[in-house]
Amino acid sequence: MLRYIGRRILILIPTLAAISVITFVVIQLPPGDYLTTLTAQRAAQGDSMPTGELARLTERYALDEPVIVQYWQWISNILLHGDFGESFDYARPVSALLAERLPLTIALSVSTLIFIWVVSFPIGVYSAIRQYSLGDYGFTFLGYLGLAVPNFLIALLLMWIGLQFFDLNAGGILSPEYRDAPWSPAKVGDLLAHLWVPIVIWGTAGTAGNIRVLRANLLDELRKPYVVAARARGMPERTMTITYPVRVAMNPFFSTIGWILPGLIAADAITSKVLNLQTTGPLMLRALLAQDMYLAGAILLISAVLVVIGTLVSDIALGWLDPRVRLRY
Amino acid sequence: MRKEQDVDVASQWKLVWWGFKRHRVALVCGFVTLAIYLVAVFAPFLAPGSGQKTNSDYIYAPPQALQFDLDTGLYVHPYTLKQDPETLALSFAADETKKVPVGFFVKGEPYELLGFIPWDRHLFGPENPGGPPMYLLGADSVGRDLLSRIIRGTTVSMSIGLVGVLLSLVLGIVLGGVSGYFGGRTDTLIQRVIEIIMSIPTIPLWMALFAAVPASWSQLERYFALTVVISLVGWTGLAREVRGKFFAVRGEEYVMAATADGAGRLRIMFRHMLPSFTSHIIASLSLSIPSVILAETALSFIGLGLQTPMISWGVLLQEAQNIRAVSTAPWMLIPGIAVVITVLAMNFFGDGLRDAADPYKH
Amino acid sequence: MEEPLLTIEGLRTHFFTSEGVLKAVDGVDLAVPAGKTVCLVGESGCGKSVTARSILQLVDRPGRIVEGSIRWKGGLDLAALDPTGEEIRRVRGGEIGMVFQEPMASLSPMYTVGAQLSQALRLHRDLSRQQAREEGVALLRKVGIPNAEQRFDAYPFQLSGGMCQRVMIAIALCCDPALLIADEPTTALDVTTQARIVDLMVDLRAQNDMAMLFITHDLGVVAEVADEVAVMYLGKVVEHGTAEKIFNDPRHPYTRALLRSIPKLRGGAARRRLTAIRGMVPSLRQVPEGCSFHSRCDHAIDGVCDTTAPPLKRHGEAHLAYCHLDEVPAERLDPAVQVTGRSAVEEAEPLLRVEGLAMRYPIGGGLFRKPAGFVRAVDGVDLTILPGQTLGLVGESGCGKTTLGRCVARLIEPTAGRILYREESGDEVDLAAVTGARLKAYRRQIRMIFQDPFSSLNPRMTLQQIVGEPLRTSGIAGGSELRDRVADMLTRVGLRPEYMQRYPHAFSGGQRQRINIARALITGPRLVIADEPVSALDVSVRAQILNLLTDLQEELGLTYLFISHDLSVVEHISDRVTVMYLGKVVEDADTAGLYRRPRHPYTEALLDAVPVPDPALRRERRTPDTGDDLPDPAAPPPGCRFHTRCAHVRPESCRTDVPELRAYGERRLAACHHAAQLTLAGVGSTAREVGTGG
Repeated sequence: MLRYIGRRILILIPTLAAISVITFVVIQLPPGDYLTTLTAQRAAQGDSMPTGELARLTERYALDEPVIVQYWQWISNILLHGDFGESFDYARPVSALLAERLPLTIALSVSTLIFIWVVSFPIGVYSAIRQYSLGDYGFTFLGYLGLAVPNFLIALLLMWIGLQFFDLNAGGILSPEYRDAPWSPAKVGDLLAHLWVPIVIWGTAGTAGNIRVLRANLLDELRKPYVVAARARGMPERTMTITYPVRVAMNPFFSTIGWILPGLIAADAITSKVLNLQTTGPLMLRALLAQDMYLAGAILLISAVLVVIGTLVSDIALGWLDPRVRLRY
Repeated sequence: MRKEQDVDVASQWKLVWWGFKRHRVALVCGFVTLAIYLVAVFAPFLAPGSGQKTNSDYIYAPPQALQFDLDTGLYVHPYTLKQDPETLALSFAADETKKVPVGFFVKGEPYELLGFIPWDRHLFGPENPGGPPMYLLGADSVGRDLLSRIIRGTTVSMSIGLVGVLLSLVLGIVLGGVSGYFGGRTDTLIQRVIEIIMSIPTIPLWMALFAAVPASWSQLERYFALTVVISLVGWTGLAREVRGKFFAVRGEEYVMAATADGAGRLRIMFRHMLPSFTSHIIASLSLSIPSVILAETALSFIGLGLQTPMISWGVLLQEAQNIRAVSTAPWMLIPGIAVVITVLAMNFFGDGLRDAADPYKH
Repeated sequence: MEEPLLTIEGLRTHFFTSEGVLKAVDGVDLAVPAGKTVCLVGESGCGKSVTARSILQLVDRPGRIVEGSIRWKGGLDLAALDPTGEEIRRVRGGEIGMVFQEPMASLSPMYTVGAQLSQALRLHRDLSRQQAREEGVALLRKVGIPNAEQRFDAYPFQLSGGMCQRVMIAIALCCDPALLIADEPTTALDVTTQARIVDLMVDLRAQNDMAMLFITHDLGVVAEVADEVAVMYLGKVVEHGTAEKIFNDPRHPYTRALLRSIPKLRGGAARRRLTAIRGMVPSLRQVPEGCSFHSRCDHAIDGVCDTTAPPLKRHGEAHLAYCHLDEVPAERLDPAVQVTGRSAVEEAEPLLRVEGLAMRYPIGGGLFRKPAGFVRAVDGVDLTILPGQTLGLVGESGCGKTTLGRCVARLIEPTAGRILYREESGDEVDLAAVTGARLKAYRRQIRMIFQDPFSSLNPRMTLQQIVGEPLRTSGIAGGSELRDRVADMLTRVGLRPEYMQRYPHAFSGGQRQRINIARALITGPRLVIADEPVSALDVSVRAQILNLLTDLQEELGLTYLFISHDLSVVEHISDRVTVMYLGKVVEDADTAGLYRRPRHPYTEALLDAVPVPDPALRRERRTPDTGDDLPDPAAPPPGCRFHTRCAHVRPESCRTDVPELRAYGERRLAACHHAAQLTLAGVGSTAREVGTGG
């Protein structure tokens, strides 16, 4: 098992390196370099750049050096000092901006993941065992619908319904009256009352996808000879289903982390704007529109790293769960 | 029951079609998909207008009901503007005394059908082009007809799905094929690259890549840039599919038999192997088109994709970004219904196709 | 008469599919007396497995028992129970145990075999965890699993197929059932493993004094285990009797034809044509009227057999058959095949000589890592084939025989060695060194018949395209000439030329194998490599294909390299036989010599394991157990590779020195250190004779 985990972690290193290169390329993509953008920005605002500042920034990002050195400067600053560069839009260090927003993003992602699992597991099992029942058809159709409706549309619809019929403002993570209030039981309650909205919205596509995966896998497993064999030794249907086929069908369920997480982060980027959440998604959007590339790059990098870590966690869970995976290494 | 002799000489495509026909839902959805593509092709003719004509008298005019009586045939009641004396808010009221007759094959705004046939007839619309306008699905913030805009938007939204997927297909088939055919290190390398690309969240990556497109680019250039960006990220799934099929087919004894028959590499590839997975590729293509449509919608929605005056469903939904706009004019969400129906139909269709793609499984 | 343990009456299990109702079991009567072994035999699709599953209500949707009763111990009607109910569950596992065909797949990969065994134990018996473990280990020991303590905690995928089947048997026996149902328990296993599992089951049945319902298609296995035999055809039992009666005095034409169509080990007796049953088993969708066998029966009476269902006829006590005929006329025996001119070619130059051929595959390894090791699938093999002869290549799965065949056909690139092929002009050419366009020319002369009748024909091409492909690629013929040649070839292999525009899915397994043969022969080859050409076929069709191969060889003067794991088939068709074990040749001899007097202990073990379809020859196993399963081919044992399983292993040299392939007498080779001293048992000699002789 330790060997298996060790190998998984070793494989991560080239992946992470490649991701950092892709991110750096993205940062470099917009025409002109950081300084030109910054100078132009300042000029537009009517002030000029102090020469000392220009030199400082040039040195900091190694802008007069070849691209490779620039990359090295950028990545070593991140790795050694946790320094992601500076956002010229906000005129603050990127790391400080991230510190404000990242916790909520991660908290929401993890809660959504749990929501997805909790909802999709029983439905997936039910759909497979009662294949072609009315309930199965219903859930399957809902699943198709969940995959077909864009997240932001659900967000808009929910907000519109809330506003129109209940006079509720579903947006934001806190009601306006609590926004600056100190923490209190009432504030926590308010937080929870708002939290379910983004969780449900982010979770629809993932839940729908997960139900499909679980249903298909379980249907495959239910046709395997070991199911008949278990029945033939007199196991009760329910115990048998849960002990044998469901246990095997759980594996792909765990490995879905790999594709659910990117989906969540994508959902964040688009819905949070509608829902007015203080997460990294809208921050990135704004950074991209303003071509504030160090900020945008940092968020892209962190999202990707989070996904990679999520995949690692799911791989380890899989190894723990499935002897075939664990013992192959 | 089909006659035995027919089955015996039925080619792969006939068997796929027979299998597909048995999925009623998929069949219906296939026709819906086809209809949507026809709308996309003949949009200028089918839409009552160009969707670009603004009218400051009809800002956020709500949808009108289409009515019928024997004297005038189809008609709508024109709107009169009312102002609430207290709140000063403007509201539209149908003028029941007047009728705007609606006819078929009416003269309207000129356009070029299929891009090169100049014409000015529309399938339906107000009979008098100079008279009061018709808003069957309401009007937007500058008084443009939403119905026309949705129909016109079909062209861009549907074609972007097709073009984006075709680009992914080329990348996917070439790289997946190379990976599957050569195997070994080449395969490992390409698989690693795919894993890395897949681990980066797509939408942020799309956003970041597309943000690099200069604002000075023309609409058409942006359109192509968007498809390129989407397919640069989206080819990975297809490549995996192609590779997987390649491996599966490569292990079949009939491929080995083809070698023994003295067939050359190219002949084995194109005569013996490729026909075995074209149907699968078509099925997975039809399943990836909806995700491209969704991607375009999402990107345009947040303002990083296409922009007015180009019309796509995502661009139309951009106007619904603001919850205030939605609450004054909920019909601005209707393009979303178009997206949902399209994606739903194509997913059902693609699933049915995928199930029927291998008529030889036992 | 004593009440049988299990009585099935008028059982009908039908499958309600979208294409109509398939009557898989259509009126089966069967009784299993306590303490006896009843064998249910029949070809694939005859409904034997569905009958077995119906007993325990294990038939999956869309199948359903529609009629009939299954009385258990004279009382309970199992057919009337709710398939998910409490009552049937008590019977399953508790009173009736069941063993399945695919041992590996019948165990869940997620739990250790011990966990699954304990669960079964605790299901029906009130045991604590610890007790269940002790009991489980004892059971594993009982079914002959070495190191039972450790194996108890192994996962199924860490065990071999034979071991998994032993575990399945342990699970089935855990509650001392009164009846054990075994559904083709040895079909997926190698011949030596099969023999060991069959022995184990016979022993355990006697020890536990239980009844056994043994389902198989292999008449040899039937002869080894059965007290009574029921023969099924298209969902009905057509004949039922004691094993002795069925084998010696079969009354139904189908039973009779089946028995005549299988090749038997003859120990060098004259070679005869097999008597094939014509046609093939009809599909369940078109079951013939009247007697369902009449369409293939040589003795069918027009107007009777094709209209009325055959009556039940008793032939003495406990022997019944459903047939209109009172007495089936005896068929005349085909004359022995004339082995014309074969001795003359002994002096001829060999058509093919393989020298030091090796093929190794890397295992493990990745982008930047070296492979962890190599599997030596073929490891320095020499063999010789004389023109006009058939060389049989035998060995268990994983011994490298298929790889060897593919190397000779140059479908894969051998790692080392020479393949010397003698052209018509008399010159020898090393095929291993030939590439490109020159190789194409040889691809016309050396052809291959593939094993899997389904996978080997491209489902997307018509017969004309498939069979004509070699002509097209080599530019020999095209257009109407190609059509004519394909039509001619189809006729030769017994297919109608009108079939040319059909796709493979229109044909049954046997017909597909004919297509496969047509494709191989259309270029007019000199050497044909047949890789297990009949192993996927039903017994009755197998005989047709073997006869066809023999006829074509005579007609076209072909030379065969015949690869098979089935020793009876190989003996039937070969002039000379080469035995392979773990990538190496262990023995090479004339067929008669090899079968009568093997020189290598492995050959002896193989021959000993072959079940003989004659209950009179049922015997004690002569050699002690052949040892454990096949060793890991990536790390073959040092010294003689067979020493880990050899019954005659001796302390000196076997474990350390690699034995050379040496000549013993004229044209006999064996790779055993002690071949000269050992006297091994072959076909037709018994253990005792050998014991005194050696």
